[in-house]
Amino acid sequence: MTDIRAEIDTGEAGFGDYVALLKPRVMSLVVFTALVGLLVAPVQVHPMVALAAILFIALGAGASGALNMWWDADIDGVMRRTSGRPIPAGRVQPGEALGLGLALSGLAVVMLGLAANLLAAALLAFTIFFYAVVYSMWLKRSTPQNIVIGGAAGAFPPVIGWAVATGGVSLEPALMFALILMWTPPHFWALALFMKSDYHKARVPMLTVTHGRRATRAHVLAYTVALAPVALAAGFTQIGGPVYLATAVVVNALFLRGAWRIWRRDEAAAEADDYAVEKSFFRFSLVYLFLHFGALLAEAVLAPLSLATVVATIGGM
Amino acid sequence: MAIARDHELHKRRLGRNVGLGLVLAGFVALIFGLTVAKIDRGGEIEGYDHTFRSGLTEPAQ
Repeated sequence: MTDIRAEIDTGEAGFGDYVALLKPRVMSLVVFTALVGLLVAPVQVHPMVALAAILFIALGAGASGALNMWWDADIDGVMRRTSGRPIPAGRVQPGEALGLGLALSGLAVVMLGLAANLLAAALLAFTIFFYAVVYSMWLKRSTPQNIVIGGAAGAFPPVIGWAVATGGVSLEPALMFALILMWTPPHFWALALFMKSDYHKARVPMLTVTHGRRATRAHVLAYTVALAPVALAAGFTQIGGPVYLATAVVVNALFLRGAWRIWRRDEAAAEADDYAVEKSFFRFSLVYLFLHFGALLAEAVLAPLSLATVVATIGGM
Repeated sequence: MAIARDHELHKRRLGRNVGLGLVLAGFVALIFGLTVAKIDRGGEIEGYDHTFRSGLTEPAQ
């Protein structure tokens, strides 16, 4: 009896705890953007190859999430937002997370190489390295520019999706990459504005901690202004079109309005309504990304129905 | 009467084992499907990475 009780007391992970290590919410964004990158590419992919490729890209992203949780377990335990994660909560041992992260990284990269091509696999390997080593181990605790540069890790999935289909990269995936890269700072800085004490307590040098909240508000506005032309530029490439352009104009106008409102407020006003503007800006930032990639997907779906294609088809009859 | 009573711990272990079993079964199904898809297009693949090579297509006469 005694040894069984000892095991119960140390806690034992359920299946869901291992799934939680893979950051399923981040994975869902990776799946969506990688899928759009794959589907808007000018080369058709066999559905089975596409399914396998997307799953392995998601697995690679999940593996980098596990490596991040292994490395950041100390600060995760300090921050309210992350204290319930499997390692700080004591349900998964750090070594397990490291093993799972490394094993799944290797599996995902090798399998993507076999399912799709070597370029896609190399890009996935680089993404995992960038997130786990460059962002988590190096930038996150050393510079307030952590998420500006670290955002590149989240920006790679549509490029990998494109590489799966075409075997190469070009201007279009570069613009999708730039869109996510420029979107990441305002998204996370808005979060840092209303997650006030978390980053302070964990001594993570977020912009709010190192340069103050006034500077963070200015940075949110500056990056949102810089993001708009990047988002619109994609509309003038072969993956864009009227649906995407109309979406981008409206959504960027709303996003800019939100950033402007954040910039105009001071801390007293934000405290008074419990950071309502910052919270709504953060929520809208998720919608922002979804609508842009959704519009790109819509363009790809609608392309065969476009006037020029229909006229060409009828002309060929 | 059963020799051992199930504890919450046993349920968690069962969940983990069933979960892992399903993941492995899914992986096998995925590889099978991928293999069928690759072989199906056997004429268009070449070499180590099973990728289409334009050099394989017949030159125009």
